[in-house]
Amino acid sequence: MSAAPSRPSGGQAALVFPGLMLGAFFVVPFGLMIAVSFFQRVQGGFYEPVLTGANYARFLSLFFGEILLFSLGLSALVALVCLLVGAPFTYLLTRLSRRAQVPWLVALLAILSLSEVIIGFSWSTLLSRTAGVSNLLVALGLMASPAAFTPSFAAVLLGMTYQALPYCVLVLYPSFSRLDPSLGEAAQTLGASPARAFLTVILPALRGALAATFVVVFVFALGSYLLPQLLGRPQHWTLSVLITDQAIYQSNMPFAAAMAVFLVLASLLLVSLAALFGAKRAGGAA
Amino acid sequence: MTRLFLALIGLFLAAPVAIIAGVSLNAQQSLVFPPNGVSLRWYAAIATQADWRNALLTSVSIAAFAAALAVAIALPIAYALWRRTTVVGRVVQLLGVSPFVLPPVITALGALAFWSTAGFYGSSFTVVVSHAIFFTSLPLVTLTLGFSSIDREIVEAARTMGADERAVRRTILAPMIRPYLVSGFAFAFVLSLNEYIIAYMTVGFTMETVPIKIFNALRYGYTPVMASISVLFVALAALVFGLVARFGDLPKLLGAWERR
Repeated sequence: MSAAPSRPSGGQAALVFPGLMLGAFFVVPFGLMIAVSFFQRVQGGFYEPVLTGANYARFLSLFFGEILLFSLGLSALVALVCLLVGAPFTYLLTRLSRRAQVPWLVALLAILSLSEVIIGFSWSTLLSRTAGVSNLLVALGLMASPAAFTPSFAAVLLGMTYQALPYCVLVLYPSFSRLDPSLGEAAQTLGASPARAFLTVILPALRGALAATFVVVFVFALGSYLLPQLLGRPQHWTLSVLITDQAIYQSNMPFAAAMAVFLVLASLLLVSLAALFGAKRAGGAA
Repeated sequence: MTRLFLALIGLFLAAPVAIIAGVSLNAQQSLVFPPNGVSLRWYAAIATQADWRNALLTSVSIAAFAAALAVAIALPIAYALWRRTTVVGRVVQLLGVSPFVLPPVITALGALAFWSTAGFYGSSFTVVVSHAIFFTSLPLVTLTLGFSSIDREIVEAARTMGADERAVRRTILAPMIRPYLVSGFAFAFVLSLNEYIIAYMTVGFTMETVPIKIFNALRYGYTPVMASISVLFVALAALVFGLVARFGDLPKLLGAWERR
């Protein structure tokens, strides 16, 4: 294969620039963030390098424990809803002709790339009293007078599901589209209804991919930093929102950094769990 | 049954966009739906109101530079890994993918701590660099896919005929990689355009990008321009991904098999 490499490096010299860039502007900031989480806050400034465990001690209180639990619970719920809707949707999408799939994929990508600010703004408009769906319901005679559905927990859940659903579908897309179509056809030839074939043949065949997707969407939802703030009440704020709030509005970077470390640990734990599912799936397929 | 389910999902995905599209047509300075009269003045306002026009230009230039830098970081990684899979290559690849996998607040907070410590907090280049790092994983994924689709026998043949690495890169790799390069750039560009939190934590107090401006308008005073510029952003994203689909194979790019 590499019988006549013109240079002994074998193209490895190309790694210098990306390595330096990622080292300087990802590894160093990341390390600095961890360091800052152990530093002392300076009122009106950023931090001073005096070691303290106070930022972590503050996080380990009941209040922040509840926020961590709420964030995890909300993200798990979002991931579950996305999977319940996304799995059958992705299945039907991949059964379409490739030509017919393209507009759906374009739409999903466009929504996935939408700014959280724009998603939050459109959902708060959609759920508002003056411009929202309730006006439509009034016009149809289903409601007596227009009402606002935001801020509320349901609004947060709806907004986050909207944000995460395209992501969920695109993560599921490769597994579903590589699935042998004869699998479902065989089940239907043997007399199973399409829905039954989906539930008893397709889903079990993809359970590894589904579990991995659940975790990946979970982490994605955990990263939502504006929607709980724009669509919910303060008690619906998640860890990501709180980190932003501490860093920007309370200018307490050390405490924000300590919370961020928790968020990283939770995410890494979940991602390695997903990798485990992935490895199991690869092992099962071989 | 299938049609109904797909239609419902389509409705769910389209509803918020439809509402803001309706709101953006209001003839008066109000955000009601259905719109009060129909006019396109809020679309014209994107160009005529200096603050919104500047925000749009700021966002577009940041996104263009950041996407170019992201591609410049991703291309050598994908190339080196294609030439030979080494431990160092794998580590750099992992570093390239990590920022995007972690919650965005992490990159944002790291950038805030880093740029303020380095003394560049608020400078316009900081957001370009931090966006490029955050979005490196997108061109990295498309380019890795692109390199893996190159038939190595073609490269072997060229070498046998006496082509050196430079000639191989110019005559074989470049044309075969170009569509993946362009789509990687497009993904990074559109996402950078829409990114809020990293931009806010690097240049939030010195510059206004479109997402930052919409957020500020949400807090300090609504204007229908928020709606018209949001619709413009949706249209822009759809256009870019539509072009990627038109000139490339979108299903394949997103992980479907080649055949069928």
